[in-house]
Amino acid sequence: MYPSELMYHKEHEWVRVDGDVATIGITHFAQDQLGEVVYVDLPSDGDSVTADETFGEIESVKSVSELYAPVSGEIVEVNSALDDASETVNEDPYGEGWMIKVKMSDSSELDALMSAGDYEASLSE
Amino acid sequence: MIPDVKGNGLKMTENLRRTPLYEEHLALGARMVPFAGYEMPVQYAGIIEEHNAVRSFAGVFDVCHMAEFRVFGFGAFDFLQRVLTNDLRRISELGTAQYTLLCDEDAGIIDDLIVYHTGDLEYLIIANAANHTTDLDWLTSHAPEGVTVSGSGPTSEMSPEGTVELVDESERTAMIALQGPRALSIVQELAGTGFEVPDRFTITEAVLDTVPALVARTGYTGEDGVEILTHVSMIAGIWRSILSFPEVAPCGLGARDTLRLEMGYPLHGSDMDRGVDPISAGLGWAVGRDKGPFVGSEAIARLREEGPARRLVGLQVDAGIPRAGYPLLREGEEVGKVASGTYSPTLQTGIATAYVPASLAEPGTEFEVVIRKKTAMATVVKPPFVKDTSLSAVKA
Repeated sequence: MYPSELMYHKEHEWVRVDGDVATIGITHFAQDQLGEVVYVDLPSDGDSVTADETFGEIESVKSVSELYAPVSGEIVEVNSALDDASETVNEDPYGEGWMIKVKMSDSSELDALMSAGDYEASLSE
Repeated sequence: MIPDVKGNGLKMTENLRRTPLYEEHLALGARMVPFAGYEMPVQYAGIIEEHNAVRSFAGVFDVCHMAEFRVFGFGAFDFLQRVLTNDLRRISELGTAQYTLLCDEDAGIIDDLIVYHTGDLEYLIIANAANHTTDLDWLTSHAPEGVTVSGSGPTSEMSPEGTVELVDESERTAMIALQGPRALSIVQELAGTGFEVPDRFTITEAVLDTVPALVARTGYTGEDGVEILTHVSMIAGIWRSILSFPEVAPCGLGARDTLRLEMGYPLHGSDMDRGVDPISAGLGWAVGRDKGPFVGSEAIARLREEGPARRLVGLQVDAGIPRAGYPLLREGEEVGKVASGTYSPTLQTGIATAYVPASLAEPGTEFEVVIRKKTAMATVVKPPFVKDTSLSAVKA
């Protein structure tokens, strides 16, 4: 449910780090709570995001939620496949359901994120 | 990203009531939410999956939270004819039913109801759960002259001529809805060979897999199907029998809302309330024209003559999902707000209802709808949004 190689933000986003690029998506818990995702509103390539601030929105039939950036930086790629297949977020939240890739401006921000174990523990609090 | 969700489930406020199917919902893995004072399933497998099951096969809904009132006695007809908007003479035949409204003197809609003519001197009313107490109080205090209303339960003797008794049956009555193109064949199988499926908008007795019940051919999804009433102690048996058919999906309030909105069926509390009259709400067809005076009749007649200032319209949206309260703009000016809005699983677009100035209610009229930081185009369409269903086939 919560891959150990990822880092987790308290607003239920995950981060996969590859060099100075962070791939960001939402967790299994988040997609499960939302229900079937019908719309994902993401920023564009070149936009910048700031840690702990919103970068987009995700909607299910019943609700709208904001997406929070776990780290700051410049967006280098957006998963445009989600425009026509938003259900991928439910089906494969850690794989094909990723949302944005960010070139990190301050990798020390990663220190504020949670491990899989800490994140999972936070869910049952 | 989900600020109101904590831990493993939604936080429930205290003192919520449970329907007799509560344990069934938990066993089926339902997500429970507070609704109209009850803890109700919002979804099981998922809203879209449940929605599609009802449109293509069949789905079953717990609607035990709804209120049931029984009105009986020699004065029952006169009383209901005077306090409800529709013409009760249209359901003079035993077993027939009608959609009707409870209005105040200013034509404000207190609730919308289904009335079934269940006996020679008897009517069964199904009301919205959220309006349970309001309706009961209103009915009790608006008995016309010469009629007494007793809310205290059935008496052993038939009341003398000119009186009527109003009994709140909600505590002991359970109701579920089985809806979808396969619904009728399932009821037929459960009821056995002697049973004849009732006509649309009629109610009949049946024994469903040994359980005595009332079966009404009504619903709130736009599909053909039935609503089943029985004693609270026996509903779980019927629920399980229905779910033993592999094509039936248990469905929650989420799918109930998307299904009804695709048909343009109004929801009391969203599409109309005390501040709205039947003519503005497009429900003039549920108001009798020559039935004589009834509560609200003068105000409604005036609205019919003068025409309402605003009308409820259906809107199809080209991008994003409109939700209740989002502003509608026309040349930059706000002219209304979304009443009900959702994602339509069938059309895969956003759909909504809204009150707009009567001059802007024609199909094809375009608005901008403000969806948080963006705007989308909203075009007036005549509901239903989804035209071809098993019910439209019956009506045709």
